[in-house]
Amino acid sequence: MNVFTMVKWSPYVVGALIGVLNIIALLISDKVIGTSTSYARASGMIRKIFDKEYVEKNEFYLKTAPEVDWAFMLVIGIVFGSFISAKLSGDFGIVTVPPMWANEISEGFFLRFVVAMFGGVIIAIGSRWSGGCTSGHGISGTGQLSVLSWIAVCAFFIGGIVTALLIYGI
Amino acid sequence: MMNKIYENKGLQLFFGFLTGIAFGFLLQKGGTTKYDVILGQLRLQDFTVLKIMLAAVIVTMMGVSLLYPKGLIKLHIKPGSVKNSIIGGLIFGIGFATLGYCPGTLAGAVGNGYVDGLLGGVVGIIIGSGLFASMYSVLKRNNILSEDGYSEKSLFDEMDGRSFRYTIPFAVILAVIMLLLEFFGL
Repeated sequence: MNVFTMVKWSPYVVGALIGVLNIIALLISDKVIGTSTSYARASGMIRKIFDKEYVEKNEFYLKTAPEVDWAFMLVIGIVFGSFISAKLSGDFGIVTVPPMWANEISEGFFLRFVVAMFGGVIIAIGSRWSGGCTSGHGISGTGQLSVLSWIAVCAFFIGGIVTALLIYGI
Repeated sequence: MMNKIYENKGLQLFFGFLTGIAFGFLLQKGGTTKYDVILGQLRLQDFTVLKIMLAAVIVTMMGVSLLYPKGLIKLHIKPGSVKNSIIGGLIFGIGFATLGYCPGTLAGAVGNGYVDGLLGGVVGIIIGSGLFASMYSVLKRNNILSEDGYSEKSLFDEMDGRSFRYTIPFAVILAVIMLLLEFFGL
């Protein structure tokens, strides 16, 4: 059987290869994998269309310039990579409401859409407040033995586990 | 020679894109581009996400242990403070469970066909980032985002170049966690 057409690989193999990818990125690009900042850059690009002057003077966008950089291309690449993988294995499918949510909460798209958008707003604020996300802190930062990343990733999971149990019950 | 490659902006954008394709491919093969797998982890029913993270951390740490003391790579440690890692991290966790994807796996979910991720999640993250940008100068002015002694601190800088002496035992501890997960059938 062709490995590329398999739906799922061992999580240990996937994780180890992500680690190798991180080291390759350090060697060839002097970068580590991190994704959340790209959404912040995108927010600046969109706001620039409506109020160029505001974005050019905003302290945050001066630090996190609204421009396409290595990590921005990384995020675009993730969409394509996931699509290629899903297509090869026949695992691609348009899903409007994830099965777990549909079975236990509600099948309607509107509620799921509103909750997902709310979650997106909150996760963005948390990413910027703590300085990273599950990839930037959770894999790259921890692997580089960053003290703050280890603390952040523990907080990610404590907050996430408590919230998940509140949503779905224990 | 490497500096020339690092400074070639067009080439680096291409490398970023290629790295992203490989990363997205792996995230999808791991199953993490799916809401059910992420929530399965946060509900402590499916430990796929933790297993991937543990393996990724061990390999990254071993690679850094080998290359960093030789000066072949630089570290990229984020600034911040213990307080903000905890506060921001807990806020992140609330968003993580309500969205059901994290910023990286969200992009993967879009590629996998998840419409709630694209129309809800991506739009929400961009709005949230914009809100933070608008709050930033106020947070900064009130010293809420100040840095402490742990800002940009890596334990690799405390090891006198003999990284493996510390990272091998630590990797063994992480591997034992994996074995325990398998032992208990999680």
